[in-house]
Amino acid sequence: MPRRRPPTSGGGRAAPAPATRIGVDVGGTNTDAVLLENRRVVRAVKTPTTPDVTTGVARALRMLMTSESAGLAAPVAEARGSVEGRPPTSRAGLAAPVTAVMIGTTHFTNAVVQRRDLTPVAAIRIGLPASASLEPFVDWPDDLGAIVRGEVFMLEGGHEYDGRPLVPLDTAGVRAAARRIRAAGYTSVGVAAVFSPLNPSCEEQAAEILRDECPGVAITLSHQLGRLGLLERENATLLNAALVHLAGKTTRAFADALRASGVVAPLYLTQNDGTVTLAEAAERFPVYSFASGPTNSMRGAAFLSGRRDALVVDVGGTTTDVGSLRHGFPREANSVVEVGGVRTLFRMPDLLSLGLGGGSLVRDEPLSVGPQSVGYRLLERARVFGGPDLTATDIAVAAGLLDLGDRSRVAGLPASLVTEALARMRAMLEDGVDRMKTDARDEPLIAVGGGCFLVPERLPGVSEVLHVPHQAVANAVGAAIAQVSGEVDQVFQGLGREEAIARARRLAEEQAARAGADPATLGVVEVEDLPIAYLPGNSLRVRVRVVGDIARA
Amino acid sequence: MRRNAGRITYAPMAPLRPVSAAEIESLAIGAWILGTGGGGSPYLALLNMRTLYRHGARVSLLDPLDLADDDLVAVVSNMGAPLVGQERLTDPRTIARAVEMMEEYIGRRFRAIMAVEIGGGNALQPFMAAALLDRPVVDADAMGRAFPEAQMTSFAIHDLQMYPLTLADVRDNAVIVARAASWKWMERLSRKACVEVGSVAATCKAPRTGKEVKACGILHTTSKAIRLGETVQAARRAHRDPIEAVLEVERGLLLFRGKIRDVARRTTEGFLRGSATVDGLDEFRGRTFDLAFQNEFAVGWLDGVPRVTTPDLICVMDTVSGEAIGTETLRYGQRVSVVALPAPPVLLTPKGLEHVGPRAFGYDLDFHTVFGAPGA
Repeated sequence: MPRRRPPTSGGGRAAPAPATRIGVDVGGTNTDAVLLENRRVVRAVKTPTTPDVTTGVARALRMLMTSESAGLAAPVAEARGSVEGRPPTSRAGLAAPVTAVMIGTTHFTNAVVQRRDLTPVAAIRIGLPASASLEPFVDWPDDLGAIVRGEVFMLEGGHEYDGRPLVPLDTAGVRAAARRIRAAGYTSVGVAAVFSPLNPSCEEQAAEILRDECPGVAITLSHQLGRLGLLERENATLLNAALVHLAGKTTRAFADALRASGVVAPLYLTQNDGTVTLAEAAERFPVYSFASGPTNSMRGAAFLSGRRDALVVDVGGTTTDVGSLRHGFPREANSVVEVGGVRTLFRMPDLLSLGLGGGSLVRDEPLSVGPQSVGYRLLERARVFGGPDLTATDIAVAAGLLDLGDRSRVAGLPASLVTEALARMRAMLEDGVDRMKTDARDEPLIAVGGGCFLVPERLPGVSEVLHVPHQAVANAVGAAIAQVSGEVDQVFQGLGREEAIARARRLAEEQAARAGADPATLGVVEVEDLPIAYLPGNSLRVRVRVVGDIARA
Repeated sequence: MRRNAGRITYAPMAPLRPVSAAEIESLAIGAWILGTGGGGSPYLALLNMRTLYRHGARVSLLDPLDLADDDLVAVVSNMGAPLVGQERLTDPRTIARAVEMMEEYIGRRFRAIMAVEIGGGNALQPFMAAALLDRPVVDADAMGRAFPEAQMTSFAIHDLQMYPLTLADVRDNAVIVARAASWKWMERLSRKACVEVGSVAATCKAPRTGKEVKACGILHTTSKAIRLGETVQAARRAHRDPIEAVLEVERGLLLFRGKIRDVARRTTEGFLRGSATVDGLDEFRGRTFDLAFQNEFAVGWLDGVPRVTTPDLICVMDTVSGEAIGTETLRYGQRVSVVALPAPPVLLTPKGLEHVGPRAFGYDLDFHTVFGAPGA
């Protein structure tokens, strides 16, 4: 990695926090919600996610805001729907009105992975005569391509690495494509031009023509998604275009839930990088929410433990995510990240997923643990709950690590099986933790998630294992404490290094302000500069990320 | 009939061997390893080859020893900055055009096409041209790995003529360097033209006769790259250690295993130079390995003492997947194995070391191969 700097100013740090915030995490199984007052968790709830999303979120919000909550909680995978924290008096009993509601969701990733609720997309590539042989959708999995791939238009235009035009934009071609798109009935379009992160004008002109010819069509422009790397940026653009209607629908469902529960506050969606964007802006970029689930749980772990640099292990029902916190934010993946089999390159946390969770199936002879899991059906399937399947949870109960369900149902398990299964799980965690470590020195590790009882108290390379209060809702806490970010990744030429970084920082700050940040609180969390081989004139690729607090309305 | 002089030193091959789609995939993996950190990722060239094969193209491999002395061979490479190549994606038509330009210029037809470097994406450039021009690819290159400059080839080491050169742009721009006073001048002139058209261009280097290829090329490196890729794939499938398999098959040496602690990069004179520090793991715990690179890895120090230098191949691979790691994608925290693979003998000669030894890269070090005496 190129030179990286620590934060220069208060970015990401505990600046004066808004008084009362609600954080919600809508997972595939559960919807979690927390209420933060002055950066203290005062209430936390967990309730099943509903197919329409709205009902579950509205219920979680109502449970959070009223005293009747306990009665509404339905049994869920982690023992049962629960409310923790001090008993509330009434809605009026809150210290202050709710200033913001932040929702994180894995809805969009799941849509891609499960190939559902996706919109067919027309693709416009601007860059001919360059890049002609590799068309949009070129390396997509067949099944996903069959759903998303619409007509592809290859047109002249684009730029060079130094901002010179490659060839003039074929505006007549764009207009003809736009008419064809309207005639064919496409409702979403992705546009990617060569070197658009350096000069977005071709994409912007194309958007103008599209708006003119196809009123109401959703338009995703690749330069809005950042990074250099045409195919990967275009892939993210096309995925975004495929999800944009679902995102609009989901955001409306969230807003409806807010209204239904009587909460009046601005709504934010959490992003892959642990920050938030106002819902009306965020719904245009669902891909930025892809990894917000694990990110929120890491950010929540940082907040709840008070640690800013640590490893985080989030043990769910089916998988365990291992990540690394740096300055309170997840370390980012620098390389290509595959989503549903599509190569993309944009802000994503560097995560290692292991097929180990509380619901992982344990088999004997030969011994195996996971990756198959009973998942959300733990309460029906696990032995301690009277079910037929032997799970990691049953092993933990048999070993006395956990008191859950009916312990007598696992009393007959052979001691050797329990010992060996525990050793296997421990080895999986040890290996995962070691792979994510970036430093030979011992680091603290924060264990969160419903299955965190599987994390042993001692691990090699780990200075201490920290357990935190509210660990089962760490993701909702992470959502509640999120800040707003801006990021720039560009090649600068003919500038000194410091000047190039300063210019990138200004651009990132402008972007953050547009996303809802208070400019006065913005600070740099990441600077990366990469000199470019072969390019003349001191070419420097600079990436700067800034974060700040949400601007008060 | 083709003559087969010198064939006894090499495993015999059929004169024209069709290359399967699976072998193209293996070639991309092997070439990335032989890139020793540079040469650019073969991914985009591989995508092009998949598309061409899907549309029915098939490329054959020609044993260089089956070339007639007066056959003419096109030597191709894509020139430019890897970053530009991520936006202006490599296109078979451009590289084919550079070859056609050369045929027009010299007024002769090429019998076959070969790569100037087998390391990195350039290993697949002759395949892309060959698929469109219906010519075989010669199982050879002029580096046996990747190097940053034109004079770092076996052809330059043998003092062959370095001109003419054709350079094709995606627009209707074509440049022919008719003469150059030296290999260095050829590098300067063609580099200038390349920068002007956007720092990426397809080039066809000075044509080579069959005799020149046989005497001065580095032979059978294409099939070596394919085999290397197959070794990694087979190990992954069998859940075996791919690094171990590579060491075994290529008679390589594991120099170090650890985690990257620090990476620094800078651009000087148009190259990506820099260094990386690896902290030891397993049997290397407590020790440190430093790497210096100029596009490719050039020198490695174990606990401050020079351990390996160019032209020995210094390959940095992901310890778990066996995937090669480029100097541009080195990253803090990666778990890597540093592996040395033997260099082609021509690079180890005194003349060879003048061109590609540590001093050619500005390191005041004598070359000592990690594999014992040269040629041993």
